[in-house]
Amino acid sequence: MSGAGNREQVFPTRMTLGLMKVKLKGAQQGHSLLKRKSEALTQRFRDITQRIDDAKRKMGRVMQVAAFSLAEVQYATGDNIGYQVQESVQNARFQVRAKQENVSGVYLPTFDSFINEDINDFKMTGLGRGGQQVQRAKLVYTKAVETLVELASLQTAFIILDEVIKVTNRRVNAIEHVVIPRTENTIAYINSELDELDREEFYRLKKVQEKKQEAVAAAELEEKEKKEKTNAVRVTKNQAEGDIVAEVSELAAGDDSGNILKESEDDIIF
Amino acid sequence: MEGLFFNVDYGYVEGVVRGYKSGLLTRNQYVNLTQCDNLEDLKLQLSATDYGNFLSSYSGQLSTSVIQENLSKKLYQQFQYLRSNSLGTLSKFLDYITYGYMIDNVLLMITGTLHERDKSEILSKCHPLGWFDTLPTLSIATDIESLYSTVLIDTPLAPFFKDCLTADDLDDLNIEIIRNKLFKNYLEAFGEFIHKNFGLPDVEIMDKLLSFEADKRVINISLNSLNNPDLLSEEKSALFPQFGLLYPLYHHQLSVAEDIEQLKLLVESVAEYKDIFSESADLTGGARNLEDWFYLIEMQYCKNAFTQQFTMSTVWAWLRCKEQEIRNITWIAECIAQNQKNRIDNYISVF
Repeated sequence: MSGAGNREQVFPTRMTLGLMKVKLKGAQQGHSLLKRKSEALTQRFRDITQRIDDAKRKMGRVMQVAAFSLAEVQYATGDNIGYQVQESVQNARFQVRAKQENVSGVYLPTFDSFINEDINDFKMTGLGRGGQQVQRAKLVYTKAVETLVELASLQTAFIILDEVIKVTNRRVNAIEHVVIPRTENTIAYINSELDELDREEFYRLKKVQEKKQEAVAAAELEEKEKKEKTNAVRVTKNQAEGDIVAEVSELAAGDDSGNILKESEDDIIF
Repeated sequence: MEGLFFNVDYGYVEGVVRGYKSGLLTRNQYVNLTQCDNLEDLKLQLSATDYGNFLSSYSGQLSTSVIQENLSKKLYQQFQYLRSNSLGTLSKFLDYITYGYMIDNVLLMITGTLHERDKSEILSKCHPLGWFDTLPTLSIATDIESLYSTVLIDTPLAPFFKDCLTADDLDDLNIEIIRNKLFKNYLEAFGEFIHKNFGLPDVEIMDKLLSFEADKRVINISLNSLNNPDLLSEEKSALFPQFGLLYPLYHHQLSVAEDIEQLKLLVESVAEYKDIFSESADLTGGARNLEDWFYLIEMQYCKNAFTQQFTMSTVWAWLRCKEQEIRNITWIAECIAQNQKNRIDNYISVF
């Protein structure tokens, strides 16, 4: 995956490099944040798992006691007590309130149970026989339902947390194993391209310099040759100064004729 | 003298009842039952008793309710057999026994009607011993007046309902009160009937049993309504049957008793009920609560009832024993099913 294949399709420019660097930094920051969140959630998750375990064990015991107290009621009162109780209940004595708890940005619903003491619908049931057992069974079952509510809120939290942890871990892994390497690859690619460009530029510069130097050298050489030539000329001039004077006068005469020509040409231009 | 002609009319039934009585489970059989590891074992153990193959027609997973249902079916069969073989005073006596169950059924129907339940559903819950032909028609009633004037007036329960007509509306609170009032009237009428029609051994035994029944109700009502502000003391004493060992001395005091200690003190001053509030273990082991004590005392009375010759009260005693036996077996089955072996010895066995 690594290498030239896994990178973003960008033009290797300095601006993109800057963008990519910002992106990498953002990704790293996001990664560390998400990692921390995931760790916090996992810790919470473990805590909840532990509590679910406890609650389930407790529920086993409580339900056993509750079922047994129902058997006691039936022993004391006869068969139809369940029906009597069911029929005489009008309002919920045991109620549940739902709340939300915020754990690192995740809203977990929790259920609070409370007993409305004013509502006591079947206090007359079993008046003539077994009322004591009915009331006792009621208490025991209240405990059982409490445990159930606790367990329900834990289970909901468990499921939601599980989901969130999965999503977060997926994000963390995606950032860690896809986004960051990809951005790093892109940066490396841009860098290498830019280096390449730099090298080319350097080479070109060097080449230009070389050419310039060559040109300079050639010019110097020419100059030198020219100088040498003039020097030689001067030597010959010195040698035959008399001749030159004569020649100059000759040249001057020639020049004058030339000037006349020039003037006429100028006239033509005008 | 009273034994001279007894067998002419009632000898057969009494013989059958005594036969049934000897089929009641004994202490040893209970011990065997408590040793069972699962309900299949229990079924096996029970098949060696008087119940025989009561579960043979049932296939599938055994449950406590199935066992209880089938045990009760056996009881109903036996009772119906006695009833169809009875005549004269005895059949009237048996009728009186069933009135108690009828009251429960009527109340059940009223409760169901109030909450607009399906009639067939309620009828299936009715106690078979308290069945009467007009029972399904009860559901047409919407208030207690029309209930009385259209349906109940034709049933034997009519006299018991007479005093309840003051209840102007039917609600759940009233239903419990009506139930207890009916039972009060029923017990009083039963006692009266016994005194009018029966000779010495019957009167003596039944008096004892019925007064115990009455006292049991009185104690229970006053105990269960201790923390209930809805029930005034006058209303309470109106629910107390007007006989029994607690009558008349303690009735008023019981109805005004405010805490359980006061109640205990009052009840314990009657020698027969000295022990019922003690939670301590007795010779057979296992702590007993109030309900257990009541059952135990009742069973002892019933056992004593069988010691008398030429008496019809054996039917009542047998019925009670049988009911207790079914409760015991259900309890044991429940303990086995729920794996609560430490409480399994809580049954009441007197034979």
